[in-house]
Amino acid sequence: MEFLQYFGEVFTLTHFMILVGGTVGGLILGATPGLSPTMAVALLIPFTFQMEPTASLILLGAVYTSTVAGGAVSGILVNIPGAPANIATVMDGHPMAKQGRATEALHYCFISSLIGGVIGVFLLIFFTPPLADLALKFGPAELFWVSIFGVTIIASLGGGSVIKGLIAGAVGIWISTIGYNPVLGEERFAFSEHLTGGVHIIAALIGLFAIPQVLTLLDSKTAGGGVEMNAMENHSIWQSFKYTLSRVRALTIGTVTGSIVGIIPGAGGQIAGLVAYDQTRKTSKDSSRFGKGEPDGVIAAESANNAMVGPSLVPLLTLGIPGSPTAAVLLGGLLINGLFPGPDLFTVHSAVTWTFIDSLLVGQVLMMVFGLSISRYSRFVTRIPNHVMAAAVTILAVFGTYSVQNSLSDVIVMFTLGIGMYFIAKIGFSPAPLVLGLILGQLTETNFLQGSMIADSMDGPWVYFFSGTINLILIALCVLSIGFSIYSEMRENRRRAQAVTHPNEEAA
Amino acid sequence: MMRSLLKYKLSTTLASSLMLFSLSTATSADGHSEFPDRPISLTVAYGAGGATDFQARIVTMMSAKTDKDDKGVYLGGQPIVVINKPGAGGQVGWNRFATKAKPTGYELAAYNIPHFIAQSIAFPDKVKYNIDNLEPIANWGADPAVFIVNKDSEFNSMKEVIEYAKANPGKLTVSGAGLYVGHHIAALQLNKVAEVDMKYVPAGGGVKALQFVLGGQTMAGVNNLSDAYRSRDKLKILGVMDLQRSEEFLPDVPTLMEQGYDVDDSSVNFRGIMAPKGTPDEVLEFLAKGSEAMFGDGRVIGKMKAGGSPMRVMSRADVQAMWKKRQTYLEGLLQDLK
Repeated sequence: MEFLQYFGEVFTLTHFMILVGGTVGGLILGATPGLSPTMAVALLIPFTFQMEPTASLILLGAVYTSTVAGGAVSGILVNIPGAPANIATVMDGHPMAKQGRATEALHYCFISSLIGGVIGVFLLIFFTPPLADLALKFGPAELFWVSIFGVTIIASLGGGSVIKGLIAGAVGIWISTIGYNPVLGEERFAFSEHLTGGVHIIAALIGLFAIPQVLTLLDSKTAGGGVEMNAMENHSIWQSFKYTLSRVRALTIGTVTGSIVGIIPGAGGQIAGLVAYDQTRKTSKDSSRFGKGEPDGVIAAESANNAMVGPSLVPLLTLGIPGSPTAAVLLGGLLINGLFPGPDLFTVHSAVTWTFIDSLLVGQVLMMVFGLSISRYSRFVTRIPNHVMAAAVTILAVFGTYSVQNSLSDVIVMFTLGIGMYFIAKIGFSPAPLVLGLILGQLTETNFLQGSMIADSMDGPWVYFFSGTINLILIALCVLSIGFSIYSEMRENRRRAQAVTHPNEEAA
Repeated sequence: MMRSLLKYKLSTTLASSLMLFSLSTATSADGHSEFPDRPISLTVAYGAGGATDFQARIVTMMSAKTDKDDKGVYLGGQPIVVINKPGAGGQVGWNRFATKAKPTGYELAAYNIPHFIAQSIAFPDKVKYNIDNLEPIANWGADPAVFIVNKDSEFNSMKEVIEYAKANPGKLTVSGAGLYVGHHIAALQLNKVAEVDMKYVPAGGGVKALQFVLGGQTMAGVNNLSDAYRSRDKLKILGVMDLQRSEEFLPDVPTLMEQGYDVDDSSVNFRGIMAPKGTPDEVLEFLAKGSEAMFGDGRVIGKMKAGGSPMRVMSRADVQAMWKKRQTYLEGLLQDLK
């Protein structure tokens, strides 16, 4: 119960002000496409040079927590995920906004973020030693199977068509191979000078989601964006609370998935959200509602990506091994204050460490409070005229893409992918499997190559990749995931066939 | 004139000599403008939050300081802005820097030795940079490689590692940050001098390589002294790949030379700043003096020490000599590989 002892520290004037400032700033940064949590924390580290250790860690922790949730805001309102972690949120969040339920979607998003986030931090507080041991067990073979598991869900993100999902996923994986091979340094598919550094995930994310959105907004035939203005509700926060808490299945799947993915070093929030979303849909009684504005989709995705925050700090604080790219940047913040990860953090520096962890808990609550209060204004965003919105989104897209690595090439790649996406979206393709393919392609390739190199020195690749408890569990999960997809596809076909033979039942 | 008056007021004794120097060179340059009169950019060829980025931000944090309690204005009161251009082990950022940066002194980059020299030798047709089109300014850090095994490993000395490697050719896996970086060079050197065949596994980052050793994915590893030092209670650090021991961090760990393996300091990861070839000499001299003094600032050293990042401040002349020496050695080492 050592963590209770330092709660007071969080509420000193300076610390609390920093926490509030970090949370509000983080929500805004997170809602800006391109400014991912990783970027936001990296940009802030120099500002913490002059601060005392506790204050600087509180600031970085608050920004980490709130940028993850803030990324959902732009996703829900304008269909552009603020960061890769929010891709899954968009899939049902934006359809909800289009139905005039933007405020409601944001409520679910922040409430489930709080629940996932708090449970995640509690895992960090109570189970750090065993979880740290688990984190170390994930080597190239295990990570290879984790990414293959991710690949098995690509097809079901296709928005209805498995074949189109698979094609988009395959194209995404191909795009991930452009540029230098991450292990062996060979250059591939670099047809143009702009591709020598590969396709950056953020550039692809913004291009694939934002640009089709801009073009659709400008396309006069579909003008209006489909938002039913009269349906603009003033959804009560209390109702949203009750509803979110009643979605036990979505919350559980989201939190558990997010926590597990958080511990695995190198997997990251983008996978947490998507896996949780997919599992929630697969276990749902009526999976056809997903993608059309199902609150469970938002709840699962957002509880997952915030549940990831706490556990991703477990291997960081104990072993100095970050569980997510953002945690990797946070490591710099620790070191600069002379806080070396390891047992010392919880003994010699326990005051700093526990205050930091406590501030993460308080930060989750603040994040929800501020999040809920800004959701009220979301209706103004949906009222913005289309041409103004299109211009604003374009500016954000260019700014966000350029700022990632100060590269004009990234902006060109972003526009190219986006324009391509606009046309293939017209024939039923969706961007999510493409982006997931891009994320997983590199993870799979890197770990396969590293694993093969290690395997060559041991008993060969078959033994290396197909032995060990974690590997076998992951392989079983992959088989289950594929089996379930085939089963539900067949069930769906049968239902459709029945609907054709008995059209009256369908109507009833 | 107002500005320089103001500067004079603000600077204290230690920096005033430096200030005088900067004014004299700046005015003698070409008369019409003082260098620098706008912010200076520093390209870091690695991602934000990595060791190079992290250190680059610390060592340049004093560049614009003119506050009352500060010692002086190292680079004419102009801030240094870090720009990350990561990709392909540094190749994207350095390629861009060598081909696009204007030789004005306003566009600088951080270098990592032996990385960029080894890459320029290993990939002559892809890489557009080499020691001939870049100009060193000053060096801030040197992080030697160390040979590590897991705490639970059967190996207790380099001798035992090498004996195992001799008996089991190609079976001993060694992790390191990437290809043609210091860790890789160290592993190649050890393979060569001990006449063994250890399998080097590029992990994609130093921390990741450390994780492979902690998690038992590889049997051993080559890693940064600073990172290994931080995890020393979970590792056995068997040898330092440098000319002398690290008295500050690991005084009890012998060098490889002490253990009978002729591995010198060629794999030590030197970090510093550089400019493109063609930058005017007086600008280079101004930057070199200012940077060297800035790296030596007590507050910079304090922050670097707190972060466990070993410093080694070297003048421009010393770095020039070091670059040439590395070039010759690495040409020979990598030639043997082909």
